[in-house]
Amino acid sequence: MNHKEGHPEFLAHHFAEPEQQHESAKFGMWVFLLTEILLFGGLFLAYTVFRSWNPDMFYNAHLALDRTLGAVNTVVLITSSLTMALAIRSIQLNRKKHSMYFLIATLVFAAVFLVIKYFEYSHKIHLGQLPGKYYTYTGIEGNNPHIFFGIYFAMTGLHGVHVIAGMIIISWILIRASRNHFSHEYYTPMEMTGLYWHLVDLIWIFLFPLFYLIG
Amino acid sequence: MVELVPEHKHHALPLRVYLGVAGALMVLTVITVAVSYVDFGGWNVVVALLIAGFKASLVALYFMHLLYDNKLYMFIFLSAVAFLVILIVFTMFDTVQRGRLDEIKDKPIKQQAEIYEKLKTDSLDVEHEGDSGH
Amino acid sequence: MNTIESPNYMNAKKGILSWLFTLDHKRIGILYLIGIMAAFALGGILAMLIRMELIHPGQDIMDADTYNQVFTLHGAVMIFLFIIPSIPAALGNFFLPIMIGARDVAFPKLNLASWWIFIGGSLFAVFSMYAGAVDTGWTFYTPYSTKTGTAVISMTLGVFILGFSSIFTGLNFIVTIHKLRAPGLTWYKLPLFVWGLYATAIIQVLATPVLGMTLILLILERVFQIGIFDPAMGGDPVLFQHFFWFYSHPAVYIMILPGMGIISELISVFAHKKIFGYKAIAYSSLAIAFISFLVWGHHMFVSGQSEIAAMIFSFLTFLVGIPSGIKVFNWLTTLYKGSITFETPMLYALSFLFLFTIGGLTGIFLGALATDVHLHDTYFVVAHFHYVMVGGTVMAFMGGLHYWWPKMFGRMYNEKWAKFAALLIFVGFNITFFTQFILGSQGMPRRYYNYLDQYQPLHAFSSYGSWILGLGFLIAFIYLFYAAFKGRPAGRNPWGALTFEWETPSPPPTENFDKDPVLRHEPYDYDKVLVERTYPEK
Ligand SMILES: [Cu+2]
Repeated sequence: MNHKEGHPEFLAHHFAEPEQQHESAKFGMWVFLLTEILLFGGLFLAYTVFRSWNPDMFYNAHLALDRTLGAVNTVVLITSSLTMALAIRSIQLNRKKHSMYFLIATLVFAAVFLVIKYFEYSHKIHLGQLPGKYYTYTGIEGNNPHIFFGIYFAMTGLHGVHVIAGMIIISWILIRASRNHFSHEYYTPMEMTGLYWHLVDLIWIFLFPLFYLIG
Repeated sequence: MVELVPEHKHHALPLRVYLGVAGALMVLTVITVAVSYVDFGGWNVVVALLIAGFKASLVALYFMHLLYDNKLYMFIFLSAVAFLVILIVFTMFDTVQRGRLDEIKDKPIKQQAEIYEKLKTDSLDVEHEGDSGH
Repeated sequence: MNTIESPNYMNAKKGILSWLFTLDHKRIGILYLIGIMAAFALGGILAMLIRMELIHPGQDIMDADTYNQVFTLHGAVMIFLFIIPSIPAALGNFFLPIMIGARDVAFPKLNLASWWIFIGGSLFAVFSMYAGAVDTGWTFYTPYSTKTGTAVISMTLGVFILGFSSIFTGLNFIVTIHKLRAPGLTWYKLPLFVWGLYATAIIQVLATPVLGMTLILLILERVFQIGIFDPAMGGDPVLFQHFFWFYSHPAVYIMILPGMGIISELISVFAHKKIFGYKAIAYSSLAIAFISFLVWGHHMFVSGQSEIAAMIFSFLTFLVGIPSGIKVFNWLTTLYKGSITFETPMLYALSFLFLFTIGGLTGIFLGALATDVHLHDTYFVVAHFHYVMVGGTVMAFMGGLHYWWPKMFGRMYNEKWAKFAALLIFVGFNITFFTQFILGSQGMPRRYYNYLDQYQPLHAFSSYGSWILGLGFLIAFIYLFYAAFKGRPAGRNPWGALTFEWETPSPPPTENFDKDPVLRHEPYDYDKVLVERTYPEK
């Protein structure tokens, strides 16, 4: 297939125009985000069922989590979402340098999030507040607190994996940005990465009250 | 690269929109932590989820541009939520209604998992050893 | 005369690598076709072994443990490796872009990735045969699946990976249908096969992630004993069934909806009549897709789920009958006073109508609470879903394969052999599985290795049927394979059909069309437009 005269190089052969390609990518991304929501949905289901069965145990077990660290991480992740959004805004205004700075900031906040998560995890591992047969802690009243920690580690762990994946993708976007791949005319990959990153933030917005703030 | 896409312009939102939304998210985070200390009984989880839902809507509408984009994407997003609700609600028809019509007389399964028996004896051993003062 | 010269997607590039790393949706469709055919052969051989073992009570050719492994593998291979990808990923990949006048799917690289993921997942699944074949049944019910010593992790990991392949195909199709239709091709002018694929894709992206999470939790349960499905750990095994069936009931419609799409094409083409109730058929696909998410609990009537849930699920299950019925009646009305011709694809379409109706109606029996308590986990259930899966999906798949074979390879198969094979398949299928309705209603439980002597004659009868069925498929694959290379050139439009794919040469060129497709009529305007058939040549 010969690319027609004046065909921008980022335009794939089976699309008629950049707008169609951009909209297709965004559409595909939203469908992907839908699958992500339902993937996490399975864990939300497990959470809901077991919390409805053992409300007291969930309350007692959640006291083992550190509210301050959870709240700090919420703020960190919201800020990283903001910098991600600003990176895209900068590239829309064709401010390429700014865009890269905001991407770097996003990466830094993501890293901070993971470091805090690491301290939380290692504290719990130390105390034996672990899933299933690894649960050795004895200080929580109620039936089967290991299930709380099973669901806690599954949900925050899956979320953490998404954060790591997000960092890898953002780094790749950053490299492409530094090679001048993006401009106000073409920044689809960065915009898609942004959507993904906001979803990761959005899921944490629910995880935080569900685990740290059981009233 | 050739300029051939005159109508390909995506409006950048003003900076204050982003900053305002982020500020609102921070405030809501503080609020949700604060109200978690107030005892509403069973309503605590409802309040927490309402605030979280509001925060999530802000992220989706502004950061993810759902407010400005093709409404189809909003539809996709909402259907994800709707089917998640179906998954949870229909499962709950079972899990919270068991024994409602026909009473379950036998409860052969112990409430507390077997690992705790071992934990209990282990910790008793530790205390016991402490008492006997080795 | 027996050669095809024009440049096409098959001879565009040479070498095995040009196939394995192609971005052309047609080649990817062929790659999928090869993959699922291999899976179908494997699953078919396993089925024959099962029927062989069951021909007499007690041990015939394998011991009880092996038997458990064989029926598990048969189910898992047929469902996850064959039926779910069969029509969408093979025929859909090939024809969806052509039918909407596009040059490719929206994301060609994702499309190729989904095939590689399919192969990777299949290898994991097949590897489990060596690592200690799984004996849980394809449903992996806990707590047995967390306790058995067989290679559950390898199998579930395989299925997990296959899920991604399915999600990517669905995602690609949704975007392709929305964004890449030819100018003027509005939603109500789409071929109904496209509508079927669209509804299927919606289910794929909505349901498959939950299966993924189910399998992750099952693996966590095996590795860490996190305990949410294990009663000894304070968990609930019935919860696993909710997780599993939230995917696996809609998955039944991932299997049947594209088949229904094919039937809509075939009935209209070979009745030479405009399809009756286009919109009703199109929307009933979407309705089925939606309702399919509300009925999963009908698999759990005897599991110990609450009576209230059982009643709700039973009621909602009956609703599925409405859109399915709408489709069947529309197809029948299309046939009414049409000038029907009985080419091989039409034979499969008529088989579908007959067999799917039986499969669907017996599904209503099973959806009724009181009846299900008697029939649950009997051969009645086995017969029911084989009437839907084989009598429905596989018949539609075979119909589609015969309908589009001359387009895919540019060559026609031997019609006499094809009719003979279709007859064998129809007869063999009914002997095998109608018998099982009787067995089940008499109380023969499914998945049993041994049985009472009173069931022996019917079991033997069913096994004889499986030989006829197997022979039919064998013949079909031999002449189809032969035809792909040696058949007589079929020309652009061997059936005189009106959808876009028949306007392009056979096989199509890499860019799908030699000239940009122009919409001159609606897909089923057989009452207004007459197209010259290019086969047989006069
Ligand atoms: Cu079902």
